[in-house]
Amino acid sequence: MRKGLSWFNVTSIALGFTFLYIPIILLVIYSFNASRLVTVWAGFSTHWYWQLFQNQQLLDAAWVTLRVAFLTATVATVLGTLAAITLTRYGRFLGRTLFSGMVYAPLVMPEVITGLSLLLLFVAIGLDRGFWTITLAHITFTMCFVSVVVQSRLVTFDRSLEEAALDLGCTPFRTFFVITLPIILPAVVSGWMLAFTLSLDDLVIASFTTGPGATTLPMRIYSQVRLGVTPEINAACTILIAIVTVVVIFASIMTKRQEAERQKAERLAAAG
Amino acid sequence: MSTGVAEKTQKTIGGIRRKFAPWNDPQAVPLIRYQNVTKRFGEFTAVDNLSLDIYEREFFALLGPSGCGKTTLMRMLAGFEDPTEGQITLAGQDLVGTPPYKRQTNMMFQSYALFPHMSVWDNIAFGLRQDRMEKGAVNARVEEMLKLVKLETFAKRKPHQLSGGQRQRVALARSLAKRPKVLLLDEPLGALDKKLREETQFELMDIQMELGMTFLIVTHDQEEAMTVADRIAVMNHGKLVQVDQPAVIYEHPNSRYVADFVGDVNILDATVETVEPGMVTVRPAAAPDRRFRIAQDCAVKPGDSVAIALRPEKMRVELDPPGDSSVNCLQGEIWDIGYLGDLSIYHVELPGGSRVKAAKPNLTRMVERPITWDDKVYVSFTPDAGVVLTS
Repeated sequence: MRKGLSWFNVTSIALGFTFLYIPIILLVIYSFNASRLVTVWAGFSTHWYWQLFQNQQLLDAAWVTLRVAFLTATVATVLGTLAAITLTRYGRFLGRTLFSGMVYAPLVMPEVITGLSLLLLFVAIGLDRGFWTITLAHITFTMCFVSVVVQSRLVTFDRSLEEAALDLGCTPFRTFFVITLPIILPAVVSGWMLAFTLSLDDLVIASFTTGPGATTLPMRIYSQVRLGVTPEINAACTILIAIVTVVVIFASIMTKRQEAERQKAERLAAAG
Repeated sequence: MSTGVAEKTQKTIGGIRRKFAPWNDPQAVPLIRYQNVTKRFGEFTAVDNLSLDIYEREFFALLGPSGCGKTTLMRMLAGFEDPTEGQITLAGQDLVGTPPYKRQTNMMFQSYALFPHMSVWDNIAFGLRQDRMEKGAVNARVEEMLKLVKLETFAKRKPHQLSGGQRQRVALARSLAKRPKVLLLDEPLGALDKKLREETQFELMDIQMELGMTFLIVTHDQEEAMTVADRIAVMNHGKLVQVDQPAVIYEHPNSRYVADFVGDVNILDATVETVEPGMVTVRPAAAPDRRFRIAQDCAVKPGDSVAIALRPEKMRVELDPPGDSSVNCLQGEIWDIGYLGDLSIYHVELPGGSRVKAAKPNLTRMVERPITWDDKVYVSFTPDAGVVLTS
């Protein structure tokens, strides 16, 4: 950290972090509460975690959520990457403005509207609501996030790399898989992770597009909370937080280390 | 730098280069033919009805300012652009419509375009593997290429672990590995510093000689073109202005544009007075009381307006008048001096107010009476120093 951090800076940082993290810390602490009452501390216990793993409903919901999130992230990454390539590579084609507008619309559209319009669509075409409708809806709204991430990488991509591959006898199709994709892979992976987390914690759109037998974890938690917050929910949330934290930290360490290694190598090369 | 190659070719280099002139041989069949090629990007015409023949084993340079169409001309040969009109043939085969991955040309890119996720070895082997070359043969060829560019110990490195000069060599090795019919070099040395650039120029010539390949280089650096190339095409606005050997381009430019673009030059407007076989006498506009006699046969008649191109290094600048100061001599005052170490460039102001440049080699460390600012000097030249330009 830089020297000469003023008291003003320290205070604002402290207040900022408190504001952001106190609720989460409280939640984590109370998940280890022995008492049935959420707000009364009665000693440390992992009881609620055991309880959680016996709650079949919650476990089922978690399994649905993971399947939806995994499928969503994978399909959205493929579609989002294709959209990004189209938008950066094919210059001005007929309907480009419309296409880019459509791709990015879900980014700014209120979730309620996205959810409602998708529900109306599914009803209109007579699609049975459930696992697949949630997945379709999630793909629709996470695709644009993937597209944004991948597009920002493609803008700085040196086209002559692809030209060099073509020049050396590689077909355009192979060039995409052996040159373009490996180079933009970090952006594609972060797009996947972004889509995964977005799908994981979506409540609004899932509520609109769900049907019998397909309850996601956020929906289950929300409905249980309406009957009163139990320490069991705290435990479930703590596990969710742990998963997300681990993934995010892992991803950022990976990128940082890569960057540091690259810089170190460049310094060595410049010196040698 | 590449002493091995240099030693091997030293004995033959002069012999080969002196005899090599297929463009003068009516029997010679060109390797590359551009026939009435035009390329338009929307309203902009990058290449304008251009025809050009390049011969096998030639080191050919396309020289011109940015936007003159030289890169487009090269990219059409590589297959990245298709000509709007006209035909391009390579070894007798029409290339138009053939995608880049099916052409027997390889290109070294200005940015080097090394694949960042592959090692030096894999970069060089990339093209060979696309051809499904057998593994042993790939290994042998990559070894050979690494040796050629003196990077044997760097095979496992990634491109970002190399210096600029090393990257340039990897790019060269990669583009040579497939033994293309033509190697295209797009401003290959632009990113290197001056010393390294000069070394690399000679290395390129050695490699071209050793492999007996045809090289086509695009550059805006006239010194680079003059150093490496057998022939140079000077381009402007999508057209060829002059195509010839470096010495001809420099000593006998065919237009003001070429004289001005290649090297340093004084261009003086003049009016033709008399025309004799092998000699033209003109009256320079900057000093109407004097006459220039230029040893040149050219299609002009008395009264024509022409330009006289005079290279600074062919002008003598002296404090004392030369023997006959009425012909090929100008009188003036030193306006400014550019001291370059090996040469000094004297800017001489003529009585009319215009200025000419004369270069003088600094042959000795001390001069008894150096020429200095505001000195009255005589600038003279021989009849074969000047060139009469009609366009």
